[in-house]
Amino acid sequence: MPESGGGADLYAGWVDPGGVGAQTAGAGPTRRRRGAHMLLGGGLLVGYVALAALGPWLAPYGANEQDLLGVLAPASAEHWLGTDQIGRDLLSRIVVGARFTLTAALVSVILAASVGATVGLVAGYFGGRIDGGLMAVADLLLTVPNLILAIAIASVIGAGMTGLIVATTTSFVAPVARLIRGRVLEVRQEDFVQAARAVGVRDARILARHVLPHATTTLVIETSLLAGQAVLIGSALGFLGLGVRPPAPEWGTMLSGGREFIEVAPHLVVAPGVAISLLVFAFNVFGDGLRDRLDPRRHA
Amino acid sequence: MVPGDEATLMAGATASQADIDLLRARLGLDRPLVEQYTTRLAGLARGNFGYSSTFRGNPLPHVLARLPATMLLMATAILATVLLGLPAGVLAAVAHNRWPDYLLSFLVVGLLAVPNFWLGLMLIVVLSVERGWLPSFGFSGLASLVMPTIALAARLVALVARMTRGVMLEELAKDYVRTAHAKGLDTAAVVARHVLRNALIPTVTVIGLQTGYLLGGSVVVERLFAWPGIGDLMINAIGARDHTLVQAITILFVVGFLLVNLAVDVLYVLINPRLRHA
Repeated sequence: MPESGGGADLYAGWVDPGGVGAQTAGAGPTRRRRGAHMLLGGGLLVGYVALAALGPWLAPYGANEQDLLGVLAPASAEHWLGTDQIGRDLLSRIVVGARFTLTAALVSVILAASVGATVGLVAGYFGGRIDGGLMAVADLLLTVPNLILAIAIASVIGAGMTGLIVATTTSFVAPVARLIRGRVLEVRQEDFVQAARAVGVRDARILARHVLPHATTTLVIETSLLAGQAVLIGSALGFLGLGVRPPAPEWGTMLSGGREFIEVAPHLVVAPGVAISLLVFAFNVFGDGLRDRLDPRRHA
Repeated sequence: MVPGDEATLMAGATASQADIDLLRARLGLDRPLVEQYTTRLAGLARGNFGYSSTFRGNPLPHVLARLPATMLLMATAILATVLLGLPAGVLAAVAHNRWPDYLLSFLVVGLLAVPNFWLGLMLIVVLSVERGWLPSFGFSGLASLVMPTIALAARLVALVARMTRGVMLEELAKDYVRTAHAKGLDTAAVVARHVLRNALIPTVTVIGLQTGYLLGGSVVVERLFAWPGIGDLMINAIGARDHTLVQAITILFVVGFLLVNLAVDVLYVLINPRLRHA
């Protein structure tokens, strides 16, 4: 299996010795167990989406509602996860915060997949100078480590949701473009593409109707695996003070706020981390399951 | 490109327009963009990264002074990865489909989902707030290396263990293993003498592919533990809007990234003799 939730794996998905090894030795989990994994990951994701959509109505308190008499209080009957340094209910903040993390991650991967796939399709199909130019840009982006690139971009755009999404998207475009280009190069020489070209079908239509369908599986799998990474990058940027601005209850930002009170109120840094980890876990498990189900090369 | 005029920011709130203009001229910010850019590139080639407001001059010597701390952290993380990930993967493969194997799969999935800075925070809560065994920030001797190293290495340990397990299983099914058994070697000897060498290659692959993670992760982990390396400096520089410094550190990270990738390629050939004639 490749580095599914990889913080920075450049070539995720196309260098995969471990997966192949595990498979030939018959070590891969059975298809039924994989189904269960997908169900578990999918179920968790549905839960997170529900939280993101209904957060403010589900939360027992307002995300920025203060209880100044109960500052830094540990878990209790009124505040199930305790309160933070200015008396805000931690549980409510986590529930409401789901929308930031989830929106940023999903928007980033969808943008990265669209841009990356377009670049990959065009580069792979037309080849020549277009390919050379586009891939030179992609390689240039790939020389900057993923998170460093995101940090640099976020520092230029400034903290906030836009910076976060642009930073995460940019660091994903190049790997997706390279991956899709590889698929296109495989398909381009096939008879059906040559045939379509011979009867005079326009390039745009060939790309959309004949080439893209052969790359969608790869794209869907890659996207679902990148989503976990997007959550990790987003929360890391939040932790560094470059993500969603406080007082918005973004989980990474909450962890960096809790760091200052770790001596007196360690409960502040537990729950947001659990929320992040469980979401990354859900994306990873779902993505792995999806790959095993969709990728014909992996059914040994 | 970057919003916020550097000269206005540096001159301070009380500066007059004339002062700002003077500063802008001295920094060369009044020159055409193309000229600014070429001057800058020429400076870079000579090791001059420009004017950093934090250090009031070329930031390079100050950044280089902090580099050893970052390199130390990365070195211990790689060491921990090899010392923990490799044996764990070998053990899981030898105990295929028994409890050590299942335990490892469970740990790998868990470690890949946990953000490194949160793992670090949890370590601080348990090992320094509750137990008081380890210092929670800064650099003060070997003890302060433990938690940052674990936080940074956890993900790599998981990846190397999983990769090693997969490759070991593949290798263990090959003919040369049966031959080695047939000539009377026990499992330990077969693994140590014959299989391990082949299983080392993917470890190097993983570390090579994850160099980017190691560099990016070091920024976050250094920030968390107030580690006196260049990652912590980078975040300080962003806070101070010292773009020259941010840029210098980014360039340094890219150079480091390329150098490690080169080192990995060389290491490949050393470990795998088959590549020497390719």
